[in-house]
Amino acid sequence: MARFNLYQEEQHPSPLQYTWLEFQKNHIAMGGLVCLVLFILITVFCPLLAPFDPNLQKTGNILVPPSWDANGGITHIFGTDGLGRDILSRVLYGCRMTFGISILLVVFALLVGVGLGAIAGMSKGFRSSFLNHTLDSIQAIPTILIAIIIIAILGTGLVNSMWAIVLALIPQFVHQTRDFVRSELSKEYVMAARLDGASKIQLFARSILPNMGETLVMQATLALSISILDISALGFLNLGAQAPSSELGALLSQGIEVAYIAPWNIALPGGALFLMVVSVNIVGDGLRSALKNRLLH
Amino acid sequence: MELFKVEDLIFNNQKQNFWSNTPATYELGPVSFNLKAGETLAIIGGNSSGKSLLAKLLVGLERPNSGRILMNGVEINNADLTSSCHDIRMIFQNSNESLNPGLTLGAILEEPLRLNTKLDTQQRNNLVVKTLRKVGLMSDHQFFYRHMLSDGQRQRVALARALILNPKVVVADEPFAALDPSVRSQAVNLLMQLQKDLGIGFIFISHNLGIVRHISDKVIVMQDGKVIESGKTEVIFTWPKAEYTKKLVDAHQALVNRQGS
Repeated sequence: MARFNLYQEEQHPSPLQYTWLEFQKNHIAMGGLVCLVLFILITVFCPLLAPFDPNLQKTGNILVPPSWDANGGITHIFGTDGLGRDILSRVLYGCRMTFGISILLVVFALLVGVGLGAIAGMSKGFRSSFLNHTLDSIQAIPTILIAIIIIAILGTGLVNSMWAIVLALIPQFVHQTRDFVRSELSKEYVMAARLDGASKIQLFARSILPNMGETLVMQATLALSISILDISALGFLNLGAQAPSSELGALLSQGIEVAYIAPWNIALPGGALFLMVVSVNIVGDGLRSALKNRLLH
Repeated sequence: MELFKVEDLIFNNQKQNFWSNTPATYELGPVSFNLKAGETLAIIGGNSSGKSLLAKLLVGLERPNSGRILMNGVEINNADLTSSCHDIRMIFQNSNESLNPGLTLGAILEEPLRLNTKLDTQQRNNLVVKTLRKVGLMSDHQFFYRHMLSDGQRQRVALARALILNPKVVVADEPFAALDPSVRSQAVNLLMQLQKDLGIGFIFISHNLGIVRHISDKVIVMQDGKVIESGKTEVIFTWPKAEYTKKLVDAHQALVNRQGS
């Protein structure tokens, strides 16, 4: 890139465009992004894409194999399950449920966690310590275990398992944010902003937050894959989403009853789950290095 | 008429050590000096002589225990940075560290304007471009990030950041320490030119006696937090009184003579 141009350049790339340019260089991450966009499209346009109602039972079409099998038909591309429900529709609705809820949970945990972490990082003494360590006790126990405890108290259900996962995700955001804010506060550019007369909120929002992208993306990716796996794990254990629901974990647990005679009942939802987690991680990793490289070259 | 006046500034820093009962104390001052518009004051002295601390006291990053700082005869209250007078601006030692890596230069320069003036976006942008031109950069540089610039350009941005609010006094903590000789002399000349044009008082902390002698009108020599000598630059360099100053000047002269021969 020419640094010195006699004429003023018409257009300068925005920060977002710089990130996109760096991201494009990573081909694996681009592959992951295509996959992730597919999942997002499924999440949004699921009712248009699904050929059947996911709970529609056709008693004449029980355990139809997928279309690539010799006995399969084109009506049910992924075959049907033990109650004659179309697997393709159920997997699509399952992706919508698992992925959509996970994103919702991560966004909520991110907002709360970063908020608390910022207050903890910008303040001193007892208040900082209190905010930082209140939720630490939760971190000592694995997410699934907390979820099981909460469900044991409040009863099974998707909403209860969502609460449990959010509670488990927040402390990590708090810690990351607080540590980052603490380390940045001692740097000279923050001191310079203080001399400009920035208040604490302005200091955080204008000076520190623009540098936090990398940390946040890393933590959010981690949180997203954890919450996808946890939601489906709880669904699988019949603690989260309940039986008629087409959540991916619940699909797996329903499919396991007929696993030997109809393996596509667990292979297809399992494959979708796998693809989802892998694409989230690949895109997260690519985005993180793109954000880092944006400020290197 | 004095533009900037410091009276008996004293700072007492007591840090309680966790392991021992005797607190580590550091005392600075009393420091007094005054500065006319367009004048340059240099502060010299060894490491831990309190130069950088004095700079922080002047701009308000640290609060003095006693003493007054007067601007045009009016006392400045540095207690609240958000509302205090922005006639004093600081240039940091490391220009690389003092620029935010995540923001474009335009955003960095706009920040003090947004916080301290009532200009709208268009006016702010115009002023940013004008200031960039003033320090010898181009208007395109407002879209650049810190990592795209050379050390000399970063120093210019730091200077632009200090000048953008039209300050009366600029405090610079070793602004040229990280630059190589040719870029350093460019920066020095730029600074002197701007000082002449804008008539700002300049307080300048340095190790480099060559530059001090070249650009400053007055010198303060500090050792262990105390002012041991102060006066006109030529007087101090020609007839140093204190032992420490003599050593400094002799060392400098020896270097100059060796380079000359």
